[in-house]
Amino acid sequence: MPKPMEEYKWHELRIGCVIEEVGSAREYKTGGWRSMKPVWDESRCIKCGLCWLYCPDAAIYQKEDGFFTADLDYCKGCGICAHECWPKAIKMVEDEK
Amino acid sequence: MKKGIEVSIAASEAAKLARVEAIAAYPITPQTHIVEHLSDIVANGELDAVYVTVESEHSAMSACIGTSAAGARTFTSTSAQGLELMHEILFIASALRLPIVMAVANRALSAPLSIWNDHSDVMAARDCGWIQLFCENGQEVVDTIIMAFRIAEDHRVLLPVMVNLDGFQLSHVVEPIDFPDQKDVDKFLPDYKPLYTLHPDRPLTMGAYATPELYTEAKFAQEQAIINSLPVIKEILSEYSKKFKRKYNILETYNFEKSDTVFIAMGSVNENIMTAIDTLKKDKKSCGLVKVRLFRPFPDAELAALLEKKKNVIVIDRAMPAGGMNGPVYNEVAALLRRYNIKANLFNYIVGLGGRDVLPEDFISVYDEVVKAKKGKSKEKTNYKVIGVRA
Amino acid sequence: MLPNIEIYAPNVVPKEEFVVSGHRACQGCAEVLALRHALKIFGKDTIIAMATGCMEIISTPLPTTAWTQPWIHVAFENAAAVASGIEAGLRILRKKGKIPDKDIHIVAIGGDGGTADIGLQALSGALERYHKFTYICVDNEAYMNTGIQRSSSTPYGASTTTSPAGKVSIGQQTWKKDMVKIAAAHNIPYVATACPSYPFDLIEKVKQAKMANGPSYLHFLSVCPTGWRIPSEAAIKYGRLAVETGIFPLYEIKDGKYRITYNPEPLRPVKDYLKGQGRFRHLTDEHIEYIQKRTNEHWEEIKKLASLK
Repeated sequence: MPKPMEEYKWHELRIGCVIEEVGSAREYKTGGWRSMKPVWDESRCIKCGLCWLYCPDAAIYQKEDGFFTADLDYCKGCGICAHECWPKAIKMVEDEK
Repeated sequence: MKKGIEVSIAASEAAKLARVEAIAAYPITPQTHIVEHLSDIVANGELDAVYVTVESEHSAMSACIGTSAAGARTFTSTSAQGLELMHEILFIASALRLPIVMAVANRALSAPLSIWNDHSDVMAARDCGWIQLFCENGQEVVDTIIMAFRIAEDHRVLLPVMVNLDGFQLSHVVEPIDFPDQKDVDKFLPDYKPLYTLHPDRPLTMGAYATPELYTEAKFAQEQAIINSLPVIKEILSEYSKKFKRKYNILETYNFEKSDTVFIAMGSVNENIMTAIDTLKKDKKSCGLVKVRLFRPFPDAELAALLEKKKNVIVIDRAMPAGGMNGPVYNEVAALLRRYNIKANLFNYIVGLGGRDVLPEDFISVYDEVVKAKKGKSKEKTNYKVIGVRA
Repeated sequence: MLPNIEIYAPNVVPKEEFVVSGHRACQGCAEVLALRHALKIFGKDTIIAMATGCMEIISTPLPTTAWTQPWIHVAFENAAAVASGIEAGLRILRKKGKIPDKDIHIVAIGGDGGTADIGLQALSGALERYHKFTYICVDNEAYMNTGIQRSSSTPYGASTTTSPAGKVSIGQQTWKKDMVKIAAAHNIPYVATACPSYPFDLIEKVKQAKMANGPSYLHFLSVCPTGWRIPSEAAIKYGRLAVETGIFPLYEIKDGKYRITYNPEPLRPVKDYLKGQGRFRHLTDEHIEYIQKRTNEHWEEIKKLASLK
């Protein structure tokens, strides 16, 4: 996978600066942008997945038990999931990092 | 066997011999006959290619990037305003390292609007990262277009190539031209094997942006590519010369060895300079000529080797300096004289703007003026002269 | 209450992501969300030609990329022209047997500036030439990438950095350019509006666009919390309000036939949409009344067109 930008020598870039490692943006953890994080109250969650569907960062995933949670490596804390959760199963809380 | 044919038609026939697969072009005088004939041979099935009839030159070059990035051998052609409208995209085609070949029927830039020939269009596009070749006659146009694809697509190069031919003066004249056999061209120029293409079977990202941490490295890499294309260009020209029995080099000379005073010029004007040289010879005056066929990358070491022992070097430019000290070709030569510590006297004449005729007599006068010129500080206002301007 | 089929989103929407986590879109960016939905439907066998803009800049700082489909960026104004070239190139290579004979969909994507302003000519050319491709305009109603300058797609009354509201100006003084009509005037088989606040409607339209036998044009209203000056969590809500007020009707034009895909009548007053947005904060009742009038007229016009056969 790619190394940090400042470590590249000119001859290490591919011809035409092509990037073959598709999806390598995953290297960049946007979770650091966050001040609030979503928490799920599974007693209220109906597993509809709208939180997953509305997440601009594709940072919400379904666990094996069918409930949803945020991948905190990427969740930017925008709050859309909590705002759109109609059974009110998601709350945004202060993220102590 | 030679065939009398208009050079524009011959240029499109050369693209056909190169088995071009995609063309995206927009009509502009004096390039029109090239694209009209291409449209014809695509329409009647002689050339199995797609022709994208774009709505501007900007989209022409953009679509060419698309066809080339998809992996198709791509050709286009333009002139003057058209070349400037694609200016932005020219840089991107070379930075993406796409081997597009473009014939430019050189024409003056507006304003005043002029459809006639000079080099102001290509000189404004000289630093776009394209390899640039200049042709003197129709035969060279045909051969150069075929060679251009070999050069562009060579994996040691992978850069777009501009083939320059003077508008009208060359594009619209009928010349006897020897067309190579298709099977020989096929052997010389096999199918394009792209290094990277846009295809879901091997997804990739083209055209990412660079932050200050990487932009310098990206541009340095691109610069190395064009610098390192020079030996490959020489190799391909020499291979073509051997196979097709017509001699091509990046620089060509005429009456050179024994002449102290030499012209440097590009394009169709060379023919009149040669006529002038022949006339001068009858008066026992010896004058030489270097025809620069390859302008980008600039063959400085090769040109230096030729100029080393010359007394007077006269550089012919076909574009105004626009407030700069000299014409663009002169600037390259001046820089190389300095780099290689060559002591020749250097002169700059700007000729043939917007289709103005420049005759052998004009070059004879230039020669006479130069050999009589006294050394020392010039009192002229500019470091160049414009031939034929009415004062 | 949502209909049953919509309740379990992951069962009906493909799970695979084509614009991956780690992209640098602002918090609550509904534009990247719209693309996230659309690209799931276009699927793996897709090539994207993207204009310069927010989506390009958030996704591809060398040496990484957020895209997993083949993707190219060339310049600002030419995504449609680049897409034309890719389509034509693949067509000839397929014909010559140089690449496998498989159906690959080409998608050009540009913002409102890249579509309605600087890229309009290239788009018109590509639609007129009838390349088989989909053009998506992700419309966040200003040049957000460069710092919220007005475009011809900025709505009347919006304050931007180049149409600031001031003592003698209400902000944007012109009405939003109707890109949908312009696209439809090319007589292409499929044109539609969509908004990621209505993901299933959007997904259905992407399917139609993909299947169209010729060029298709999708216009996505893409709520931009940064440029509209709304809280990030309200991005979906404002998309919904745009639709419920009739500001942004959801409709399609399939083979020339208009159809409203979601009828929000009775329309909510436009004030509900305008009031929470920082960009409209300065508007007076008089301005709002004017916007209400024109919004009603536009909605009635769409309704009339949709009732035509």
